[in-house]
Amino acid sequence: MYGKGILKGLSVTLKRFSETYLDDIVWWLRGKKRYYTPEGVAHRSSKNTRGIFTVQYPEEQLITPEEFRYVPFLVYDEGADGKREHRCTSCGICAKVCPPQCIWIVRTNDPNTGKPVPEPKEFYIDMDICMNCGFCAEYCPFDAIIMDHNFDIASYDRNVYNLEKLSKPASYYRQIRPLNYQKNEDERKAKEAAKAAKADASASAAAPAT
Amino acid sequence: MTAPASTQILDLAARFPDVVSTDARPGFSGFIVKKENLVEVATALRDEFGYDLLSTVTGVDYPAENKMEVVYHAFRTIGGPGIVFKTQADRVEPIEVPSLINVWHGADFQERETWDLMGIKFTGHPDLRRILMWEGFEGHPLRKDWKEAFFEEETKPFKSRWPEGNHLYAEFRNPYRDNLNFPSGFDPEQYQPQTEDQLYFSLERSSIKPKDADLKTDSIVVNMGPHHPSTHGVLRVAVELDGETVTSLKPVMGYLHRNHDKIGERNTYLQIMPYTDRLDYFNSMANNFGYAITVEKLMKIPVAERAEYIRVIMAELTRVQNHLIFIGMLLNDLGTLYTPALYAFEERELILDIFEAVAGARMMCNYFRFGGVVRDIPDDVMQKIKDLVHDRLPAKTDEMERFLNENEVLMARLKGMHVLNAEEAVRNSVTGPCLRAAGVPYDLRRADPYSVYDRFDFDVAVRYNGDMYDNYLIRFDEIRQSLRILEQAIKQIPQGPINSQKPQYQVRVPAGEAYGRVESPKGELGYYVVSNGKPNPYRYHVRAPSFINLTALETMCKGNKIADFVALLAMLDIVMGEVDR
Ligand code: SF4
Ligand code: SF4
Repeated sequence: MYGKGILKGLSVTLKRFSETYLDDIVWWLRGKKRYYTPEGVAHRSSKNTRGIFTVQYPEEQLITPEEFRYVPFLVYDEGADGKREHRCTSCGICAKVCPPQCIWIVRTNDPNTGKPVPEPKEFYIDMDICMNCGFCAEYCPFDAIIMDHNFDIASYDRNVYNLEKLSKPASYYRQIRPLNYQKNEDERKAKEAAKAAKADASASAAAPAT
Repeated sequence: MTAPASTQILDLAARFPDVVSTDARPGFSGFIVKKENLVEVATALRDEFGYDLLSTVTGVDYPAENKMEVVYHAFRTIGGPGIVFKTQADRVEPIEVPSLINVWHGADFQERETWDLMGIKFTGHPDLRRILMWEGFEGHPLRKDWKEAFFEEETKPFKSRWPEGNHLYAEFRNPYRDNLNFPSGFDPEQYQPQTEDQLYFSLERSSIKPKDADLKTDSIVVNMGPHHPSTHGVLRVAVELDGETVTSLKPVMGYLHRNHDKIGERNTYLQIMPYTDRLDYFNSMANNFGYAITVEKLMKIPVAERAEYIRVIMAELTRVQNHLIFIGMLLNDLGTLYTPALYAFEERELILDIFEAVAGARMMCNYFRFGGVVRDIPDDVMQKIKDLVHDRLPAKTDEMERFLNENEVLMARLKGMHVLNAEEAVRNSVTGPCLRAAGVPYDLRRADPYSVYDRFDFDVAVRYNGDMYDNYLIRFDEIRQSLRILEQAIKQIPQGPINSQKPQYQVRVPAGEAYGRVESPKGELGYYVVSNGKPNPYRYHVRAPSFINLTALETMCKGNKIADFVALLAMLDIVMGEVDR
């Protein structure tokens, strides 16, 4: 029969259409909210999703996975008196590895000796040029630069972020990337322990000689 | 047992003494052909030795040796390794090399590109116009002595960034604050904008005028695009029509051109990786794959076992979503506004969720590194992949087929509408599903296996009619084969490290050349890289399947109605990020 194929196809559309409302009823009977809840959004991006698929941004937002990367930021630890201790040593690796070359770093030099001090004097990232590749975070040896999750940064002007605007506390880092943060902390502790052990060993080795 | 014909090394130098010599530079391979005899040797390669598919044509500039080199890679569609041959010309204007367009028609756009970007004239090419740059452009940007308007240094990293990195906007490097170079002695008063006459003349030449028709008719030229919604981006096609019938057409491209090759030559090897994402932005995983294996070939490093499987999983997932989108977009082009496309996008979103969780981004994955991949697949994501591959994607592919395949309107539009036959496809260097739908079972995963594809049990999807309906159905076949590979890869994936190398941001690449290619969802994606031992590639070239497949567009559309043009173009599955590079 001519038109059978069309009808067969339309049955798929009809099924998809009715599934939306069917699921609405199922969720309602279970006493759960399907829209505007993280649970509902998570369901809509799972393998069991059927019917309506769209997420009503910005009221609803997709859950970003830990590895999601947008633009980078600089991590600082909060010192005892609330002082910002930047992890960055201005070693320049991120500026070298950055593919579009949008990282600009001014290294601090000791005013007396002229020797470099491991701390950035100024740090710029041209966010309009940043291609969100994540290389800077990947190759930074000090976990000082991390890819952010916040992607709502549209503005009317050009976005050259300076040190002030780039800095975010370590607690924020822990909040958005708990697993990575923990990994860094563990690595750091292991390194310190190894260092201490080495110092102990050399101290005890040096002791009998004196 | 004698080796099968496809694996025998061909000694071209013995066949053509005095004319052909072996390329003896360290790290290089293949043959150097005297340019006077190029056509003769190429014809022999095609007819005597069976190298019927010309893969790439590109140029390399050696100003130090005062030479320009043209590099050709040819393959056999029965499979096996290919042959690389080169020809050299002195670097004095005019730099001329004979055109191979009559041997392999697939050289058409590639020779035009080489002329446009390197300034090598191909004598005998009937339509040697610029292809990626605009008509009035001065100079040839891929030459080593050409500099962009915002030129800072020959290679990255730039010294101005650290340790005295005071930010400066790029346009302040140019006195005109503009991304434009003006030739010396440029006088705006005298400037005559170039017209597009040449483009239209090139159409005129190939059109057929009925001589003794009763009715005096005139053909008209219609410009489809560059903003026609069906051209899949900013592609423009100048179509000459006789009534409703297409008599001649020429694609006009370059609106998205950014000179990917030149950017690559300024970058370090690692820095190119995220740029490859932007070629075919639907399949950044496949782009990464091709580039990674090319540089690994040059570096002669192994790939971690687990990473090989992860790579295959990612490459096949990206193929599934690409083909689903192809089907959705084809239906869009046929006038089914958006329902099939949005159904396809649902599955694509779920696959992109996986990419996002693994690589950090949905489209610009930047996931491969030399020797492996960036990070392992977390357990929960692995579970998600399993769920998709075992349950959801097979069911949804079935649903899509039920939804569309028997639709009478679709069949009326697609069935029996000739796209390409095997001969036309091979002649025009068309690769990918379009070639296989024409009855040539040429799939690099089988024909010239890379990575671990030789360990999986799958069939090369092939259909024989070469009409639009076959071109459409073959995408479903390929999705199913990809799912088969995925099932096996998920089962067999071993534990272990995900990179054979230590993470390093400056890799050491010995001097030499390498051509790596993968079967991307659109066709054969190749990378040609020449290294001189420095941290930046000396020459970096991408063989973009979308771009080269467009060579066949005229053959496909000639004699068909303009209304079918849109659907025929959709068959090639082009993406402008890759066409324009
Ligand atoms: S952010 Fe990291 S890589 Fe960049 S300069 Fe600071 S310490 Fe070095
Ligand atoms: S994410 Fe990539 S482009 Fe952006 S600042 Fe870091 S290295 Fe540069």
